[in-house]
Amino acid sequence: MMEISANVQAIAYLVSAILFILALKGLTHPASARRGNYLAMAGMAIAIVATLMGSEVRSYGFILAGVVVGGVIGTVIAMRIQMTAMPQLVAALHSFVGMAAVLVAIGTFLNKQADGLLNGVLMGELSAGIIIGAITFSGSVIAFGKLQGIISGRPVQFKGQHLLNALLAIATIGFAVHFALTESTVSLAIMTLLAFILGFTLIIPIGGADMPVIVSMLNSYSGWAAAATGFTLQNNLLIIVGALVGFSGAILSLIMCRAMNRSIFNVVFGGFGTAAVEGDGVADAAQKGVKSAAIEDAIYWMEDANKVIIIPGYGMAVAQAQHSMKELMEQLEARGVEVKFAIHPVAGRMPGHMNVLLAEADIPYENVVEMDEINPEFATADVVLVVGANDVVNPAAKDDPTSPIYGMPVLDAGKAHHVFVIKRSMRPGYSGIENRLYYQDNTSLIFGDAKDVSEGMVNQLKGAAH
Amino acid sequence: MPETLVALYIFVLSCFIGYWVIWGVTPSLHTPLIALTNAISGIVIVGALLVTGLEGVGTTAEIIGFFAVLLASINVFGGFLVTNRMLAMFNKKKR
Repeated sequence: MMEISANVQAIAYLVSAILFILALKGLTHPASARRGNYLAMAGMAIAIVATLMGSEVRSYGFILAGVVVGGVIGTVIAMRIQMTAMPQLVAALHSFVGMAAVLVAIGTFLNKQADGLLNGVLMGELSAGIIIGAITFSGSVIAFGKLQGIISGRPVQFKGQHLLNALLAIATIGFAVHFALTESTVSLAIMTLLAFILGFTLIIPIGGADMPVIVSMLNSYSGWAAAATGFTLQNNLLIIVGALVGFSGAILSLIMCRAMNRSIFNVVFGGFGTAAVEGDGVADAAQKGVKSAAIEDAIYWMEDANKVIIIPGYGMAVAQAQHSMKELMEQLEARGVEVKFAIHPVAGRMPGHMNVLLAEADIPYENVVEMDEINPEFATADVVLVVGANDVVNPAAKDDPTSPIYGMPVLDAGKAHHVFVIKRSMRPGYSGIENRLYYQDNTSLIFGDAKDVSEGMVNQLKGAAH
Repeated sequence: MPETLVALYIFVLSCFIGYWVIWGVTPSLHTPLIALTNAISGIVIVGALLVTGLEGVGTTAEIIGFFAVLLASINVFGGFLVTNRMLAMFNKKKR
């Protein structure tokens, strides 16, 4: 292969870094987003080719095998994955970055050791790479398990949890310091193991409702892991890209926390929604004074409405109801009804989750409105249809200081003339908090799967048209 | 200036770029943003290549490097392609 000098390689890395920055910039608008993705692809291609052509890379067999196998696996996953499963996929991919960072650090250690090039600073940087990478890996594995439903989404909490985490963290750093000072392989191994355990114990207590924050946070970690690898290898491209990704994830975490009116500290250490009560079913619902309605009732009010606002939540994703939402929208629009979708920032299991699903169903961008923009419109809406959303429409967040979600910005669904809530059962949401919206006079509950109910609505509307 | 310090300069300045660029991202594209940054963090593949391709690399390091290349490749290919799939959906409805 033609070889390029270190200087040419450095310039190529610079070009690559610029392309990544422009790529992220492209995501400021849907129209330029796709071009942004292509720029990032180009940046990655340049980085990889420049590395392969550099003087440091001499043997290609294992590299080729790794890229081919990894490339095929990645391509197949990306083509087959359902949009509703994006949070799980992202969690899985984060874990791969974490593990790759750990492996790179260990491999670097072995190479440098063989060449007698180890020093304290380098070993400190290696330790940082391994610790961040390992926490990213095991944390993401747990997040994946929770999102995929392999592990219970409920917060797992026990006494002395924070103490345990603190001790683990101190011990991990202790072994890292010992490793950096003495080159002890035993300390390196123990440090690595402890960091894996720490990732596990940090994420396991966090409940499903906080997943948007956790996904963003692990996104951030995967960036820091790449940056730490960059320090180890003295590779500026890795440092730049790691910092970009690290900050991206950090900002998203912050945005998600704000949307829940909680501090990141509270999310990570708070353990939310322990008071969850298991579901009681329809009979109990009637006792508590909620009205249940049939599909016909909702249709009756919707088909003559001027404005209908649909609020999708995680339940819509689980039921795969986004396509019937689109049909419902079309049927209503054909009757002159204005239909909008209201999106709460933390609806679903990752930032922007609902937007992707609605985009998949071909629902136009203009019909999808963010919380701050749509909230003033609820008072003038004839019907609000809540599809599998819960805490994000709970009025207790506004006026009940005793509620755990008090202060969280919510969608003012209850202000509409009629509110219909599609729900499987009276089971409270992931956070386990009773939803006061269900007991309002203008609210009726339609019990059933979000997809079945919305398909039922579509069929009724189609039938009426004949 | 020692190399580590130069690296620190670059790191800190990059953090600022990241900070300003990311605040501009529209909330409806937050999921593609996560998918894209995830693909971009597959840049650790560069580190994996350097470990695996080193002249006279030991067998252990070579095997470790192979798995690092493999995992990072899944990220790069999977991340970019899934981002592309998502963004295509957003573009489609612009018409």
